[in-house]
Amino acid sequence: MNAPDTAFVIICATMVMLMIPALALFYGGLVRARNVLSTHMYSYACLGLVSVLWALVGYTLAFGDDMGGLVGNFRFALLDGVNGNPAPMAPQLPHTVFMGFQCMFAVLTVALISGAYAERMRFSAMLLFSALWLVLVYAPVAHWVWGGGWMGRMGALDFAGGAVVHMSSGAAALACAQALGPRISTGSRHVPHNLPLTLLGGGILWFGWFGFNAGSALAAGTLAGQALVTTHMAAACGILGWIIVEWKHTGKPTSLGAISGALAGLVAITPGAGFVDVLPAMLIGFIGGMVCYGGVLLKSRFGYDDALDVVGIHGLGGTWGALATGLFASAAVNGVDGLFYGNPGQVLIQLASIAGTWAFVYVATRIIVRLVGAMVGLRVAPEEEYSGLDLGEHNERGYNL
Amino acid sequence: MKKLEIIIRPGMFEKVRDVLSELGIHGLNYTEIKGFGRQRGHTEVYRGAIMQVDCLPKIKIEVVLHDNMLEPAVNAVMLTARTGQVGDGKIFISAVEDAMRIRTGQRGDAAL
Repeated sequence: MNAPDTAFVIICATMVMLMIPALALFYGGLVRARNVLSTHMYSYACLGLVSVLWALVGYTLAFGDDMGGLVGNFRFALLDGVNGNPAPMAPQLPHTVFMGFQCMFAVLTVALISGAYAERMRFSAMLLFSALWLVLVYAPVAHWVWGGGWMGRMGALDFAGGAVVHMSSGAAALACAQALGPRISTGSRHVPHNLPLTLLGGGILWFGWFGFNAGSALAAGTLAGQALVTTHMAAACGILGWIIVEWKHTGKPTSLGAISGALAGLVAITPGAGFVDVLPAMLIGFIGGMVCYGGVLLKSRFGYDDALDVVGIHGLGGTWGALATGLFASAAVNGVDGLFYGNPGQVLIQLASIAGTWAFVYVATRIIVRLVGAMVGLRVAPEEEYSGLDLGEHNERGYNL
Repeated sequence: MKKLEIIIRPGMFEKVRDVLSELGIHGLNYTEIKGFGRQRGHTEVYRGAIMQVDCLPKIKIEVVLHDNMLEPAVNAVMLTARTGQVGDGKIFISAVEDAMRIRTGQRGDAAL
């Protein structure tokens, strides 16, 4: 253990925590005014519920002793043994700090999914879904990649959560959107009610992402610095990629496009942030912005109502990022080469991790949603959907002007 | 007494209010409204989804005048609020039977 690394990761953990209120703002601005609080509540409820479940069982299922490459055992249940001693996965950090840093990732991932079911899912159903999803989906997938499970062992590269956070929330979002069905009157009426909120939230997400990606080095050093710069450059190029495509496609660049492109670039660089060099990172972000623009158009083509484009941005951006890591990884950065540095096998490993993540998360999420639907019902009543979930689920309104 | 319902572009409100004040009209009400006429709406684009917005924001001023103020007022509004493009708005003119100033109980023209 050492103090600089510990201090660095403590700061990064608080930065990742700030991403959750930022996500609430980002999503909150995109919905209609009558659902702004319910959409915020999805994120804040995750801060409450997922944090507690993480301490009780989530952490140990992800980072306990490996069982068959699939899940951790109950060694750290109720945080037993998680104290000031060195963390098994990162001996430079106290175990508590490592656990707390990982806790923020879990909360953010579960909150990300809410963009798919916003404006129609009952609050009680959302709570039950989030609890089950954390334990049955997030914790195992985190174990596969970072906790000593099969995906990490076969050599899949996922620096800060391309599979664990973004692909998994994207696949879960697709399953949720399909299971819930579209919002009533989908179409021209779903106009964001407050884009400045969305832009502010998106900007804060970018800031928090430095904690997310650089912090995933788990030490204050050159690798964290590399991740900081690749992250920033990919986000910058994501803006350009997105607005160039939309300028061609619809005639004008939009502010929502700029912030969406930034997030697309950030998502895309997440798995490779500590494996690729800066110029490839810029290309990953630029293409990420373009890919995700195409990704959000898919929902009208395939008819699922992924309300706030979790599939398009996190699902596709994360998938592109995982693949791109296999293309652009460089041993000079972090010991592993990708296709363009003479190691084509890495692409196959990345493809296997993509297929494994999508398949497991999608199927498991469909089952969980089915279960939750049978237990408490997924959707609010149509009358409540018309009048808004703020009033219907929470007895309050966002704006009493 | 005549009542004018003046529908104008939102950006014209301050100029129209000023010009009516200069004519000696010292009271009016306005409302922010949305509607459509011959002016086509506009498109908005959110993440590549193109949405046609048909109802546009306008300002509706309601003002009640002495009969002899009618022509000066409508002419002033026309000169002020006009751009010559579709969407400048309309004025609806109607007769008002009576009025009362609640504070004093005055009726008719004296109440304006």
